[in-house]
Amino acid sequence: MLHLETGKYAFYVWSAYGLTAAVFAAMIVGSIAHSRRWKARAEALGRK
Amino acid sequence: MIPAPAFLSNPERFMAFSRWAAPMFGAIAVVLGAAGLYLGWTAPEDYQQGATVRILFIHIPTAWMSEFVYACLAVASLLSLVWRQLLADAAAQAAAPLGAGFTLLTLATGSLWGRPEWGTWWVWDARLTSVLVLFLIYLAYIALRASMDDETKAARAAAILALVGAVNLPIIHYSVVWWNTLHQGASVFRAGGSALAPVFYWPAILMALAYTSAFGSLWLVRIRGEVWRRRAEAAALRAART
Repeated sequence: MLHLETGKYAFYVWSAYGLTAAVFAAMIVGSIAHSRRWKARAEALGRK
Repeated sequence: MIPAPAFLSNPERFMAFSRWAAPMFGAIAVVLGAAGLYLGWTAPEDYQQGATVRILFIHIPTAWMSEFVYACLAVASLLSLVWRQLLADAAAQAAAPLGAGFTLLTLATGSLWGRPEWGTWWVWDARLTSVLVLFLIYLAYIALRASMDDETKAARAAAILALVGAVNLPIIHYSVVWWNTLHQGASVFRAGGSALAPVFYWPAILMALAYTSAFGSLWLVRIRGEVWRRRAEAAALRAART
């Protein structure tokens, strides 16, 4: 059973998990966007 | 001249490998992360730390990753300096933003754990300060690369910075041994076995494996992006000359 009740420590625990999720999301989106952007650019220039 | 490993000197081979390896590592990270989170949130609260023990399941792995990613960056930088290979330099450049992200998380989650447990957000003890220095080295590496137009010179200068900065890794690791710190000593891998009870040990280990796999996936994706960027810039240069 999940123990999601964090009582008086809720702010610290959920802030830590929220921040981790946000940084991971930024790293995932940033990495994929960086790769796709340059792949599209390289392919466009290669066709010219 | 020492020959470079074929893997490092062959971008085509790397692109073929990373095309399937990046999503595979990503899938492994999702499975391990889900298992780690499940174990972490079904574990009982610690009798002293209460619910804040759950912060450690994401703090310990990210702290390891901060150092591991820097070690990868330093090795790639060394290979780049020795062999002047595109992929080694691309790997070093691709690792830096990921390492900065993990180190930022280390500092933030550590602070969020420290406030209720130590009664303070921050202390200038050797462990915390040396990790802050690591974060600043990552930022300096990124800034240095961005500040120079000549990519070859930027790569060389950044590689030297990365190798000098590697001195900080043993300082971080042994800071809790060499100095009296508020930060506790090693608690997972240490002589005599882990100080963590198995209900806390396994979530931390699974999350560490998930983070490592996630880094593997994102690193490959970013290296691929770097290879594409360099191909695009070479194509743009050729087009400008004709």
